[in-house]
Amino acid sequence: MFDPVMAFYADLPLVVQILTKIMIIVMPLMLGVAYLTFAERKIIGYMQVRIGPNRVGPRGWLQPIADAVKLMFKEIILPSSANRFLFVVAPVLSIMPALAAWAVIPFGDGMILSNLDAGLLYVLALTSVGVYGVIIAGWASNSKYAFLGALRSAAQIVAYEIAMGFALVGVLMAAGSLNLEKIVQAQEGGFLHWYWLPLFPLFLIYFISGVAETNRAPFDVAEGESEIVAGFHVEYSGMTFAVFFLAEYANMILIAALTSIMFMGGWYSPFPGIPVIGEPSVFWLLAKISFFLLLFLWFRATFPRYRYDQIMRLGWKVFIPLTIVWLVVEGVFVYVKLGPWFA
Amino acid sequence: MAEIQNMTLNFGPQHPAAHGVLRLVLEMEGEVIMRADPHIGLLHRGTEKLAESKPYNQSIGYMDRLDYVSMMCNEHAYVMAVERLAGVEVPLRAQYIRVMFDEVTRILNHLLWIGAHALDIGAMTMFLYAFREREDLMDCYEAVSGARLHATYYRPGGVYRDLPDVMPKYKASKWRSEAEVKKLNANREGSMLDFLDDFCARFPACVDEYETLLTDNRIWKQRTVNIGVVDPDRAVALGFTGPMIRGSGIAWDLRKKQPYEVYDRMDFDIPVGVNGDCYDRYLVRMEEMRQSNRIIKQCVDWLRVNAGPVMPEGSKVAPPSRTDMKGDMEALIHHFKLFTEGYCLPQGEAYAAVEHPKGEFGIYMISDGANKPYRVKIRAPGFVHISALDEMVRGHMLADVVSVIGTQDLVFGEVDR
Repeated sequence: MFDPVMAFYADLPLVVQILTKIMIIVMPLMLGVAYLTFAERKIIGYMQVRIGPNRVGPRGWLQPIADAVKLMFKEIILPSSANRFLFVVAPVLSIMPALAAWAVIPFGDGMILSNLDAGLLYVLALTSVGVYGVIIAGWASNSKYAFLGALRSAAQIVAYEIAMGFALVGVLMAAGSLNLEKIVQAQEGGFLHWYWLPLFPLFLIYFISGVAETNRAPFDVAEGESEIVAGFHVEYSGMTFAVFFLAEYANMILIAALTSIMFMGGWYSPFPGIPVIGEPSVFWLLAKISFFLLLFLWFRATFPRYRYDQIMRLGWKVFIPLTIVWLVVEGVFVYVKLGPWFA
Repeated sequence: MAEIQNMTLNFGPQHPAAHGVLRLVLEMEGEVIMRADPHIGLLHRGTEKLAESKPYNQSIGYMDRLDYVSMMCNEHAYVMAVERLAGVEVPLRAQYIRVMFDEVTRILNHLLWIGAHALDIGAMTMFLYAFREREDLMDCYEAVSGARLHATYYRPGGVYRDLPDVMPKYKASKWRSEAEVKKLNANREGSMLDFLDDFCARFPACVDEYETLLTDNRIWKQRTVNIGVVDPDRAVALGFTGPMIRGSGIAWDLRKKQPYEVYDRMDFDIPVGVNGDCYDRYLVRMEEMRQSNRIIKQCVDWLRVNAGPVMPEGSKVAPPSRTDMKGDMEALIHHFKLFTEGYCLPQGEAYAAVEHPKGEFGIYMISDGANKPYRVKIRAPGFVHISALDEMVRGHMLADVVSVIGTQDLVFGEVDR
């Protein structure tokens, strides 16, 4: 049934083929972002003994669409003292890396846009480029609150990028490759074969740093609703604001995907050997991503916000030393070829 | 070298953590506060002046609007001042009702405080949890006075009317089925006292629930411990009252020190803090909610078995009964005079203070013998506390300003008056 379609696809020029693949990734991603906002409002709503949006469409299911339409038609206000060029460029700088990083994410065996050998480095590079959007937005707005947000974000990203980088070194040591597909393949097997177990501290640190890097509660000091109003995007409205919003949620999904791929066995099933549910499939990856996204929301509903200097302390004095120590421990694991992971 | 200037940040009045209309001019070095300059008056309505031009009873409603989260306590101080000038005895049942509603109000206030304070610090779920219980107490306000917020329930001499036998109930709607409504109304079938009894039984578990989210939470502790420390001597010197002074370790509470109404018959404890920081004040207020719950329970038990009048009979400040008015000319005249020109109080002055949820709330009233006060001065605890804001936040970071504003439990209705 698919043969004629596939034959037609194979005849297309390479550029069109790549564009098709990009669309296949980006479109569901955007839909995912839209419905992640809905899920967030609903799930946090239920955690807070309330109902959440339930008016637009059946049980509120059209709420994200309504939000998107509203934001698209709102006026984009350019503050008179803002740097107009940078003000408009900042949201673009913020969403670009959030989307580009998806190029190297393997969704299944061979389901990957670009099978880079330096995939891990590429991801690390792009996730840290995202902060430029925040810094430039804060600076270009020419508002004190936005500026404070940008400064906080800049300081925070330095601390957490290092911890994150070290956590990724741990994965690199375990898998012996920077290729994300190979990293997943190295974890083939059941729940206990995945890297979360031998790299447990790194797994936790990577995920927490990921929460910090996406500026989500309890690390949302760059936004700091009750302190600096909305931080870096306080002056943004309409579509420019929406783009920041999209970038934040796309980044959340990205961090969840990367955590699933590097520590939770990517597309492998936790129960290998059992028919149907034991098969590796893209659905397992999606399930894992959803689980980590749920954690993002759960944190937001539970924790108070850290103060800015406390985040710094956590990053520099706890996470970075811990990752370094665990890298040494892991070195020993690799040397003695421990268990199913390093054999 | 270029001279580096401190940054001046205008915090509010339109700010999510400004608790209404606080305008703070912050002088900051990076994120560290060098000086905080609170600007007040954006919610000034001239309550004191308004009270001078109205008969005594017509100002009760203005008192609700001072601290609009602890309405009946404001009324209480005002009616107590009038009673002291008039020399009216309050019937015992009315005293119990007042004490009960003072404590209901204290819980209402502290629930809003914990919700707003936690929301400021970033724990937004607390807000919704606190409002769930607040809703029930609001319904008690509604049952007794018809209004959920600005009750105007207390009167010089007692309270407006006796406790009602019915509670407001939920109605089925497009969003709520009959079965759901039946479940929601389960504890509303009886009288208001039954409802409060039920509330008292389940409320301690609710406070435990709030505490599981915050008390041992590392982030919460990092954000509140050693923030805004006020030592006991300084707290006295600054004129702190209420949880602010008790958080610093001084067991000052008007309910114990100068018992009014029937507080001397109540069994309750005064929680005090040790370090005088935001965390201690948090613990003090959480414990106060439990203690208030105990007092409400004692009042409910007493009110169930002891009937009686809620206004002094035959007094000039109380309206005559409807039956008397049908046949008695004097009663009819009294009714007309009371609701048109009010009553005249003897010359003199009086100060009445209550232990308001935020501290000592006092009314100083001078009468020149007319039917309205010559002068009313409102002693609002929030005004005193905000004066200490600068010294409490100096040297802390921007995020701590929000914690300190939260811990002072500021409401601008009373600060600006």
